[in-house]
Amino acid sequence: MPPDIPGKVTGEIKYAEDYKREGMIFARLLTSPMPSGRVANIDASDALRMDGVIGIMTADDLPPSPPPGNPALASEYITFVGQPILAVAAVSEEIAEEAISRIRVDIERKDFVIDPLESLAPGGPKAYPEGNVLLRTREIGPGGTPIMSAEIKDIKWPQSAIDALREGKEPVGAEFPSEWAFGDLEAGFAQSTHIIEEPFVTIGYPHHSLEPRTSMAYWENGKCYFHGSSQSQSANDNGLARMLNIDPANLVFINEATGGGFGSKIGPYPYMAISGNFSRMLNRPVQLRITREQEFYLGSARSGMQGWIKIGVKDNGKVAAVDLVIVNDGGSTGGGSGSSSAQHVTIAYQPESMRFRGISVYTNTTPRGAQRGPGQNEMAAVLAPISDKIATSINMDRVAFRRVNVADSDGFQGGSRGPLTSAFGREALDQGARLFGWDEKINQPKRNGSKVRGVGVGIGYHGAGGRGYDGLVRIAPDGKLHIHSGVGNLGTYSYAGTSRAAAEALQVEWDNCEIHRGRTDNHLPHSSGQGGSNTMFTHGRANWVAAQDAITKLKEIAASELGGSPEDFEIGGERVFKSSDSTQGLSYAEAAQKAIEMGGKYSGMEYPDDINPITQRAVQGIQGTGLVGVSKDKIPGQGQPPGIQVGFCEIEMDLDTGKYEILNYAAVADCGTVVHPKNFENAMRGGAVWGVGLAGLERHVYDPQNGLPANVGLYQSKPPTYLDISTDTNMSAVNIPDPQNPIGARGIGEPTQGASAAALASAIADALDGHVFNTAPVTTDMIINHLAGNTYSTQTPNLKTNTF
Amino acid sequence: MPSHDVMPNMDLYQPVQVEDALAIADRLAERGWLVGGGQDTYGWLKDRAKSVEALIDLSGIESLRGIKETADGIEIGALTTLTEITGNDLITQRYSVLSDAAGRVASPQIRNIGTLGGNVSQDVRCWYYRRGLDCYRAGGNLCYADTPEGMNREHSLFEASRCVAASPSDTAPALVALDATMVIQSSGGERTLAAEDYFVGPAIDIENTTALRPGEILTSVRIPSTWANATFYFEKVADRNSWDFALVNIAAAFKVSGGNIEDSRIVCGAVQCTPRRVTNVENAIRGQAKNSSTAESVAAMSTDGARVLAHNGYKVPLMQNLVKRAISA
Repeated sequence: MPPDIPGKVTGEIKYAEDYKREGMIFARLLTSPMPSGRVANIDASDALRMDGVIGIMTADDLPPSPPPGNPALASEYITFVGQPILAVAAVSEEIAEEAISRIRVDIERKDFVIDPLESLAPGGPKAYPEGNVLLRTREIGPGGTPIMSAEIKDIKWPQSAIDALREGKEPVGAEFPSEWAFGDLEAGFAQSTHIIEEPFVTIGYPHHSLEPRTSMAYWENGKCYFHGSSQSQSANDNGLARMLNIDPANLVFINEATGGGFGSKIGPYPYMAISGNFSRMLNRPVQLRITREQEFYLGSARSGMQGWIKIGVKDNGKVAAVDLVIVNDGGSTGGGSGSSSAQHVTIAYQPESMRFRGISVYTNTTPRGAQRGPGQNEMAAVLAPISDKIATSINMDRVAFRRVNVADSDGFQGGSRGPLTSAFGREALDQGARLFGWDEKINQPKRNGSKVRGVGVGIGYHGAGGRGYDGLVRIAPDGKLHIHSGVGNLGTYSYAGTSRAAAEALQVEWDNCEIHRGRTDNHLPHSSGQGGSNTMFTHGRANWVAAQDAITKLKEIAASELGGSPEDFEIGGERVFKSSDSTQGLSYAEAAQKAIEMGGKYSGMEYPDDINPITQRAVQGIQGTGLVGVSKDKIPGQGQPPGIQVGFCEIEMDLDTGKYEILNYAAVADCGTVVHPKNFENAMRGGAVWGVGLAGLERHVYDPQNGLPANVGLYQSKPPTYLDISTDTNMSAVNIPDPQNPIGARGIGEPTQGASAAALASAIADALDGHVFNTAPVTTDMIINHLAGNTYSTQTPNLKTNTF
Repeated sequence: MPSHDVMPNMDLYQPVQVEDALAIADRLAERGWLVGGGQDTYGWLKDRAKSVEALIDLSGIESLRGIKETADGIEIGALTTLTEITGNDLITQRYSVLSDAAGRVASPQIRNIGTLGGNVSQDVRCWYYRRGLDCYRAGGNLCYADTPEGMNREHSLFEASRCVAASPSDTAPALVALDATMVIQSSGGERTLAAEDYFVGPAIDIENTTALRPGEILTSVRIPSTWANATFYFEKVADRNSWDFALVNIAAAFKVSGGNIEDSRIVCGAVQCTPRRVTNVENAIRGQAKNSSTAESVAAMSTDGARVLAHNGYKVPLMQNLVKRAISA
């Protein structure tokens, strides 16, 4: 059992909010009541006169963060309801709250917009005075270094293009800042025997991390000790240090347990700047507690999409051409996931030709960011019923259609058609169809009174690994293997799963290993952010290379002690010994002691030049205390490791009520070797649950009249409950090792949700004789309206996002 | 915008006798706020969308708890939890429409805390109103939901009068179906109201959803034997199967003899500000066979008079289907 499970169940584990410090004071936020405007004046005089109020922080106290930055505290640019304007610190939370209610903030109202298409229309409102579209730029700087930048641009479409897209047609004449294509699209459609065009709309929704992003900071001897809530550990160091304007060496980031992030806490988020800088300003430990409500506003959300897709297939089911248009709702931060959505299409279809055109539009809604399979998963949900429609139109089984098209190891991903490390989508489909009983289920009677059965299949995909990070291990003179992990603890225990790579490479009993993690001063190496399903691949490799370095050093030490050359030695039983005579050797404990005596690279007094400065500091912290294995991951290879999952879902829908029961769900992951079966199943189940939310329940709802969000509360946002999901689940894996990871693993976290959402959307369509709603989510009222032939309520599709 | 989540400063009274509670309620009148399980209350107060000088916490008054048999049915203390009602033998055996309804309220955790008195007396869930906007119900002079652009998917089909908020309760339709009597005490004595009259719509009182006046406490609910062991039907349709308010719910009681409906009370929730009795359907099916044919023939009339808003049109077929199911079940 992972060690922090009992603490999470009993409440004994400490999250950022649970840490207290002598003299700690409490900061609370005053946030914007309106979606767009500028702060004209702040009068805090009454509040500052209150007993117990220590200070106030406004945007003036932080470095400027002009658009398109997302400032921690807003002033000139208020762009969403709930945006922080100032913080008040007091000796108690009650006083801080009371103080906030005594502060008068005058805000000049500005036009706001919640519908991206409305903003693109001629004369339409825009979220920023400067424009309505986030444009990311990439220039080549001195020495060939790419310089990434972003700016806000004002883009308008002809009304004819807006009207066309709203009517489900190609928006001819529209401008797209993002575009790629491959193959001969025209020829592809010409070769197609069946072509369909479909509009679609998906609505973003918040992450609702159960642990709000509370933070607490204090300073000692020029160092900032920062308790935060993050998915990641070392990946926060540089960004957070920049926010505090300090050398990363003077930051101790502490985050031993995290209550959910789902993409919203991969790296430092703007509001971390408040507690850290406020603490320095007031010379007191400051806790900034984020409320449940504020987590809705500040905790990020999935981007929405308004789109159009045209797909051409040949008689054999092969997708010959795809033309895809996506308008992303980027909320107040402007970023969308259109290209990632298109990437999903490339994996699912491996089209012979494809064009993607995208634009990401600002709205005055909450900041948007990565959320579990951003782009890919919502695309999976709307693409599945469309795929079913095509398959049916060519009299092809829906699984067979996917089987013909899905990526394999020779396949590609994305517009650049980059290679994959390995992929076994077909094997996953075959295995899943057997596990689910697809052939039997599609032939069973569908109708029983008011109930009708629907079965569905879907594919989820996300890139699942990175390269080039560092591993750090140390064998202590007591013989224990100390594995230093810069991986965060999101509850997936990937810090432990990846640590096993080092333990197994060094053949050390797990009980004889100690993992160091959770705070910077535990000497943690440079690590990826725990997002993008990457950690198993990325840090399995990094820990493996660190272990290899340790093995090399063990052999060198043994050779210098016992004679011969390092190649004459091998390891086993926590000893290094001569291959020719296993009695001649050193225990790991003895070798570690020798390493300390020998110094240099053996004890970490010297280290490779190519490791990250973060890792260099970590090595400096442990140097001279044992045999240090440290290395950057330079394992050769190329291509993206994919995480692919297939899901199969059976529902029983009640045609009187529009409600459905999910009878069973089966899923098979193509994620290389399953390293930790229990946590694999947990990830599969968690994703399956949230897929139900994406496909059927969760969405932002904003009032177009005043820009206020309707569903701030958890009960209003409707993430699925235990009674909304299938309790009959079967999870499995193809379990074919990835050749580019010594431990064979790829990630799978994100596709688990996409596959579930897609399979459910497919099953809903199947229950309704193939009706394609073209929306995510498909909610109860939409189903009832469809069944009743209602036209006076929610139109499907109306291509509106953020509203009913 | 302040984002509060600590309780505001206020006085707290924790009486253990009804008489003491009534005296405090009488003295404080509008300045006091009655709280039972608190599941409606704490959101209002923490959000500062409503404020009050003093809370009168009724949860320590044991005499307001429990279910007892009376000469003419049963009496349920207002502080009886929804979980207790769900599992009570008297109710499940004789008035199962109420236990079924109570069992579908919110979530197990909320049912463990939430009371019958609170569930029927809770305020509406219109999100504009709950947000603290100055709508008609909050004493202002406009409705944000009843506009072409309003986000009014959960709002009313019937009896809107400036306000289009819908009744959120699951147990209220069941109590109306059972022809329950609400027992209301004040320092001046006791009065009783038929459940149907306990709930008031915006045309009568736009700021309150019940007939309860300041100084009064709903102390119990009496359910007569009139409808004991009738043929019952309860169904709630919500987006989620737990922790959600009804899109539409229905509670119905039928007296059936020889397959024919002698009498019935059919009540829908979440379609207007109060539980809505579908009396035209009750009249039409009197003497008719309780079967799907009868159900089909009357379902459409159940929504006669509905005024559909921009996003709640689905409630019309949903309500018709639930009425149909209740009769044909």
